[in-house]
Amino acid sequence: MKRADSILTWYGELTTRQQLLKRGSLLLTPGMLWLMLFLVLPSLVLVVVSVVTRGAYGQLEWTFTLENYKRLAGFTLFGWTPDYLMILWRSVVVAFFTTLVSVILSYPLCFFIAGRPERSRYMWLTLVIIPFWTNMVIRAYAWFLILSPELPFARLAAILGFIPDGAPLYPNAFAVYLGMVSMFLPFVTLPLYASVERLDWALVEAAQDLYASRVRTFTQAILPQTMPGLSVGIILTFVPAMGMFVVPDLLGGAKYMLVGNLIQQQFGASRDWPFGAAISMGLMVLTMIGLQIYRRKGKEIEVI
Amino acid sequence: MNPNQDPTTDQGLTVKHICKQFGDVIALDDVTLNVASGEFFTLLGPSGCGKTTLLRIIAGLELADSGQVFSGGKDITRLPAIKRQVNTVFQSYALFPHLTIYENIAFGLRSRKFPDAEIKKRVNRRLEMLDLSPMAQRHPHQLSGGQKQRVALARALVNEPDVLLLDEPMSALDARLRAQVQEDLRRLQRKLGRTFILVTHDQSEALVCSDRLAVMRQGRVVQCGSPEEVYDNPTDSFVAKFLGAANLIPCTKAPGGVQTAFGFLALDKQPSWQEGTVAIRPEWIGIGDKEPERNGIRARVTEIIYRGTNFDLWLEPGPLRVRTSSYRRIDPGREVWLELASKELVILEDEAR
Repeated sequence: MKRADSILTWYGELTTRQQLLKRGSLLLTPGMLWLMLFLVLPSLVLVVVSVVTRGAYGQLEWTFTLENYKRLAGFTLFGWTPDYLMILWRSVVVAFFTTLVSVILSYPLCFFIAGRPERSRYMWLTLVIIPFWTNMVIRAYAWFLILSPELPFARLAAILGFIPDGAPLYPNAFAVYLGMVSMFLPFVTLPLYASVERLDWALVEAAQDLYASRVRTFTQAILPQTMPGLSVGIILTFVPAMGMFVVPDLLGGAKYMLVGNLIQQQFGASRDWPFGAAISMGLMVLTMIGLQIYRRKGKEIEVI
Repeated sequence: MNPNQDPTTDQGLTVKHICKQFGDVIALDDVTLNVASGEFFTLLGPSGCGKTTLLRIIAGLELADSGQVFSGGKDITRLPAIKRQVNTVFQSYALFPHLTIYENIAFGLRSRKFPDAEIKKRVNRRLEMLDLSPMAQRHPHQLSGGQKQRVALARALVNEPDVLLLDEPMSALDARLRAQVQEDLRRLQRKLGRTFILVTHDQSEALVCSDRLAVMRQGRVVQCGSPEEVYDNPTDSFVAKFLGAANLIPCTKAPGGVQTAFGFLALDKQPSWQEGTVAIRPEWIGIGDKEPERNGIRARVTEIIYRGTNFDLWLEPGPLRVRTSSYRRIDPGREVWLELASKELVILEDEAR
């Protein structure tokens, strides 16, 4: 017969079920409260705000409407325009390519660092992390300097005819990607490095021993082993890249607006909180879809 | 004739004057070996003796600083692993964790773009041969150590290599299973008639499996021959101690034999040194109550160790280790006669002092 207060062993400790439950909930409470206060509640507020009406002076009028979502989908008084959807789509594309380029750059970087003698590895890792410690806005402005018309990069681009003579290399899509990749590279490199460092090279040698080409060695011996770090890196990059607004704001200009800027605009200058909330919801849904697709693909890769 | 080609080794594997250094550490120091085609050859030695490095050089996973590797008469010294008809069973097995057992075994064939039907035929044959058919669709983490080892074996053999390399393939198995697998491996090699090169530090494994073995120490081959040859006639004290147990007896040369701490021992051969060592295996020492005609020593039993199949006795003077059958229990304190027959005494050539 089982009694609620019967004594049991818990990793060498003598205790009861009730005591364990009590201790568990005590340990969980702070974290749960934090999430409730700063994630669940604000999200619910956002959902509510996204279905109310904006007053003439930007105040919230508590009448239910789906107008904000219709507007996001492109239905205006003057007919359908894809403007907002384009911005959302562009954000997905930018986040996707930022992630892709970061991954492609991170692999050789991680193998390079892992191949250094143990002591200098930490020096190299620190070099990867240092930009991380610098404020994002300052880093974005640093690119202004690097891409300024006086420096060889802009000169070269002008000579090749990509930009007019004497113009800086910003604002444009190229500058946005440059800024985004430099911003997010450590997010991929660090978790990926953790996987690369622990790589079982015997599997690579086994692949070589079994006549695998370079591509096959990578996909069969290296990729599956580095998948855990890669997954973390991809999620850590893709999700915040979707909502990034500092970099596109400074390096992309008005023509290269991303959804992060759009949301910022609604809550700031436009004082249109309900529409801003609706866009935020759209972004969240897109991010979730992206993660789902990734999870499915990731599982497929693991099974192959 | 091509001077690099040795007619006796055309079909087998030959390494010539291989040297390899890692930083300041000399891993291999002028190693030359011939492995005949279809032979089960073992590289035996303590850890760090260079045996695994030599195996990796044969596999193409490591490049020798100097020296050459020939397979079937062809110089393969500079061929990368993926171009060598040599496959390896790795110490850790190195099975691909994300692939099924079937796909693991098929890996080499898929790399070389064999047609599916051919892959299926070959993989299934190996699965059956190694009793793995029921596990074909499982993943490596669902298998026991012994099963993983068989998968690693199948994965290498399915490519029908000229030479199969085995890098301590039994080190992860428990003692009971190991003994079984050693015999299985021996039978498998006989059946296939392929060249196997096994690396191990386990002397019984080397004795059970090999047609010939090479004892290695500090990057050099100390002795090479059939297990019987090497066991019965170790050329130096290292081999004598490493392969089985041995009593090493310091002595000086005397007419017709040697003088030891416990008297004169007659020898069949004259040692080349004045002062040196002779060796005798514990199981070759005779024990009795009557004084033998020659080479008798009066000794007292100090310790008796039961080993199941036999007793190990420690006796004074010496100390000498004597192995007797398990029905002959002799209690400590008893005085007995030992016979160190001259035909059983081995003169160790390296132990001149």
